[in-house]
Amino acid sequence: MSMTMTAIVLGMTVVTYIPRMLPFVLLKGKELPSFWQSILQNVPYATLGALIFPSILTFHEDPSFALIGAAAAFLIAFTGANIIITVLGSIGILTVLSLFL
Amino acid sequence: METTAAAQSEFKDGLAAGTGIAIGYVPAAITYGLLAKSAGLTFIETMSLSIFVFAGAAQYIALSLITIGTGIFEIVLTTFILNIRHFLMSAALSEKTEEEPIWKKAAYSFGVTDETFSVAAMKSGSIHSSFMAGLILISYSSWVLGSGLGYVAGNAMPPVVQESMGIALYAMFIGLLVPSLKTSLKAVLLAATAAILNCIFTYSGALSSGWAIIISTLIASISVEMAGRAREKGGIE
Repeated sequence: MSMTMTAIVLGMTVVTYIPRMLPFVLLKGKELPSFWQSILQNVPYATLGALIFPSILTFHEDPSFALIGAAAAFLIAFTGANIIITVLGSIGILTVLSLFL
Repeated sequence: METTAAAQSEFKDGLAAGTGIAIGYVPAAITYGLLAKSAGLTFIETMSLSIFVFAGAAQYIALSLITIGTGIFEIVLTTFILNIRHFLMSAALSEKTEEEPIWKKAAYSFGVTDETFSVAAMKSGSIHSSFMAGLILISYSSWVLGSGLGYVAGNAMPPVVQESMGIALYAMFIGLLVPSLKTSLKAVLLAATAAILNCIFTYSGALSSGWAIIISTLIASISVEMAGRAREKGGIE
């Protein structure tokens, strides 16, 4: 491996690990004020919203293909199906769809 | 090492919970492997990034920066800005973790990605290190093996399936969110607010994608909380 690539891998490893690790070490046994606890409990829902939009619209060159996949996932999940069924079902529906289009 | 039945069952739960991630990582990892090869990386270099960094978006962006000849410092800085969102995710997870030695948390924190975070955060009850170990092991294996597969034989999968598999991670995010949306108006408001803000930040070009996710998540989490509290107060008076 070249010196440059070694430095890139090393640098990326450090700056990726530190933000992941610090909160677990720094927040250990500390009681945050209740307002901030609530904020942190809100984070997962907000993050999921931001992870889905807008990038779901760009995973495929045709945004309507992506939206059909999203709608399929939503409907399958809405029936109470577990995550694996939702994932495989959406892939299946899009695969069948693209075979016919 | 804990070898109690409880820890083993947590580990198995983690493996099961991570199966969706593992499926979703396959096409992303294969694509990464293919791109790395076309960017001129060696097999060892390609695998090193997946093994040590384990951050899909950062690896894709690093490849494009390497291709255009960007300097080491800028690549590392871009990675940092992109991945600082994991700080917020780890902080949220640390609220749910069981009392355990700090080295265990420091060890499994390596595996916090958008996807492992989402699954762990939506899990009911507290988070045990054995659960995280199972969740991360299956996700990480899929990412690393998929990267190698992409490098070696990326075009083996039928293109139709490859294209459709792009929905996998989003389907998982949607599958994680929907049960909460059915029962909690607050969850709907949080997800919708963050999604709208992220669209605005992204399409206006105001923020890079890493910062856009952090800022939209923070504004949504804080504003929905404040609105909720103001409404509660108003109701009492």
